[in-house]
Amino acid sequence: MPNSPESRLSQRPDDTDSGLWQSAMAQAASSHPELVEGLACMSGATVNPHPHNTHHQPVASGMADMSGATVNPHPHNTAHQPAANGMPDMSGATVNHHPGNTAHQPAANGMAETGMPETPAANGAAPAGIRAAGVFASYGERQVLNGLDLEVAQGTVTALAGPNGVGKSTLLRAIAGALRPARGEIRIMGADIFAMNGKERARMVSIVPQNPELPRGASALEVTLMGRNPHLPLLAWESAADVAIAIESLRMTDAEHLIERPVQQLSGGERQRVAIAMALAQQTPVILLDEPTANLDLAHQPTIMRLLRQLAAAGKTLITAVHDLTLAGQFCDTVALISGGKITASGPPETTLTPETIREVYGAETLVLPHPETGKPIVVSR
Amino acid sequence: MAGIRLKGRNRPPPSAAGDSPAADPPAALNPGRAAAGLVGLRYPWWRIALGLAALILAALFAATQGSVHIPFVAVVEIVAGRLPGLEPPADAPATWDVILWQLRLPRVAQAAVVGAALAMSGAAYQGLFKNPLADPYLVGVASGAGLGAVAVLLTGIPMYLAGISLLPVAAFAGGTGAVAIAYSIARNARGTPTTTLILAGVAVASLTGAVSSLLILRSDPELRPVLSWLMGSFISSEWKESAIVLAYAVPGIIVLLGFGRMLNVLQLNEEHAAMLGVPVEKVKLLLIAAATLITAAAVSFSGLIGFVGLVAPHAVRLIWGTDYRFLLPMSAIAGAAFLVLADLVARTIVSPGELPVGMVTAFCGAPFFLYLLRRRRLGV
Repeated sequence: MPNSPESRLSQRPDDTDSGLWQSAMAQAASSHPELVEGLACMSGATVNPHPHNTHHQPVASGMADMSGATVNPHPHNTAHQPAANGMPDMSGATVNHHPGNTAHQPAANGMAETGMPETPAANGAAPAGIRAAGVFASYGERQVLNGLDLEVAQGTVTALAGPNGVGKSTLLRAIAGALRPARGEIRIMGADIFAMNGKERARMVSIVPQNPELPRGASALEVTLMGRNPHLPLLAWESAADVAIAIESLRMTDAEHLIERPVQQLSGGERQRVAIAMALAQQTPVILLDEPTANLDLAHQPTIMRLLRQLAAAGKTLITAVHDLTLAGQFCDTVALISGGKITASGPPETTLTPETIREVYGAETLVLPHPETGKPIVVSR
Repeated sequence: MAGIRLKGRNRPPPSAAGDSPAADPPAALNPGRAAAGLVGLRYPWWRIALGLAALILAALFAATQGSVHIPFVAVVEIVAGRLPGLEPPADAPATWDVILWQLRLPRVAQAAVVGAALAMSGAAYQGLFKNPLADPYLVGVASGAGLGAVAVLLTGIPMYLAGISLLPVAAFAGGTGAVAIAYSIARNARGTPTTTLILAGVAVASLTGAVSSLLILRSDPELRPVLSWLMGSFISSEWKESAIVLAYAVPGIIVLLGFGRMLNVLQLNEEHAAMLGVPVEKVKLLLIAAATLITAAAVSFSGLIGFVGLVAPHAVRLIWGTDYRFLLPMSAIAGAAFLVLADLVARTIVSPGELPVGMVTAFCGAPFFLYLLRRRRLGV
């Protein structure tokens, strides 16, 4: 997989570009203290699957010094920096806009000790990244969500699966705050999503729509920069730091080479990666994706799913609607099956993806086999 | 990315740069900043400056042409002579000064102001409605303004009140009134769907157009001024009119220019834009109001001039990309130059007679537009 983000990241020490990127961040930190917030958040989101790779550390420690004086609205991001030992004082010294978040710091410490656990929240101390309780929603007469409860641990990937029209997109829209449920409560990192204004919400949760309408004529970078909107005053333009964040987002989705390409010339997979980069540029702790692999081929599907894994490892909480249960089983920590407006089953793929639950949810007969290498469930129609 | 480019280093690697269709060669790079590492967006001010220079040249050239030919150098000297610190030329005939300052330049200025206004509001409407065929007249400004003008010209309403011509006032009121009606019809509890707004605009336009026709049919002796107004003309341009149009249009222009980045984000679907923290409905209402104000101001003095608001933004978009922060001002410049030249043709080609300028813009604009569409369809 020469194009996968992991292989690219592992090559970064030889990559002259990343040296320049590093100097961009370092210079920004030294000459523009006001930019550090954005860069600090960025480094929190930076995926580093190689904890021993010292590549980011000079930058990280440089920023830790600076950010003591800054207001950091997203301390949770920084806490999950894999090289967290480089900046231990960061969240403590910053002003925390979300007091409820301090509770997850033990989890961050646990992470620093154990390196890179698959699920930081497994320590039990972290609050739910996403919590939907008793959610009712309907389109006119048709009741779609019927008292749905869902809790998603921070730093995990949850697959949302179910038959067509069962309300997967509706649930995602409700969690994103685009659709106000008739009843029920939705909290992101402990905060009520409907108590926030549009910009606050856009700094907490980003969404990658199923077929994102990317404006014709705009370049991949221009589109990704739109993700910076919630961080910009109404009439302001993107600063150099915003551009750096957008480029890093494109780099993480392995789309950096598309920067100047008009989006209408991109393939389905490339467009999807740009759409995800836009969500990453939003720097939200929660990312929702509506069937991100729907139009992708066999090679690109795992690339996107692996990217989601890396983002979760960096502390983000993700929900992705999927149709391919095998793909969900291979890459997601949790599979939540939805039917009748409620979550029918939720848990690790091995426990939820059984012929019985699948029959209950889809009314379809399937064969579930263990993957010969990983033991994860493979779902085949019979 | 042809509109606003990156400063410095952030270019794709060479392999990808090769198949990039961007019109600009790597000359857009800035090696000095690249070494420093910190990069940002670079606004192509030089293109705006070049565009303004071309517009001024076109305006001066237009001023040389007419029943009396005035050499280009003399025009430049006479215009420059009005600048502080410079002397008017001693050898130029006094009539040239009168022809330029009282006849040609006011007319050229009016054409430029109206062209800029129509092109910029056209670009804004295309962005708001995400419809490349949107033009400044789409949601009923034109027919509303037409009804206002016809009402003044053909009914018993006095043409002048306290020395002020009521025609532009009535046209302005009619235009903004029609858009306000279309907007309030389209608005529902969840927002203002653009498709509904366009349909409401079409319905309001049909109704006001029918009322105008009825008024015209009932009073034939007065037909000609109405028709020439409806087809658009700069025949009786005065400096004062340009100033009034500008006075109305400038607040709208400032709003549109300020919201360029918002218009970019609105090119996503509206829910997606809202998820990025854009107050979609408020921004839409503000921008529709601004674009309508600009259009109504332009239409009220010059009548209905088609194609400027459609062709100018499209030409800019196809050449330089879709970033509205560049598209809006550059469209204004292109529209101004286009209308100055179109008016030049209108008043000289059948001299001593005159064509309605709207006819000329249609003659030039339609084939150009078809060419652009063809080019775009071929993906060139």
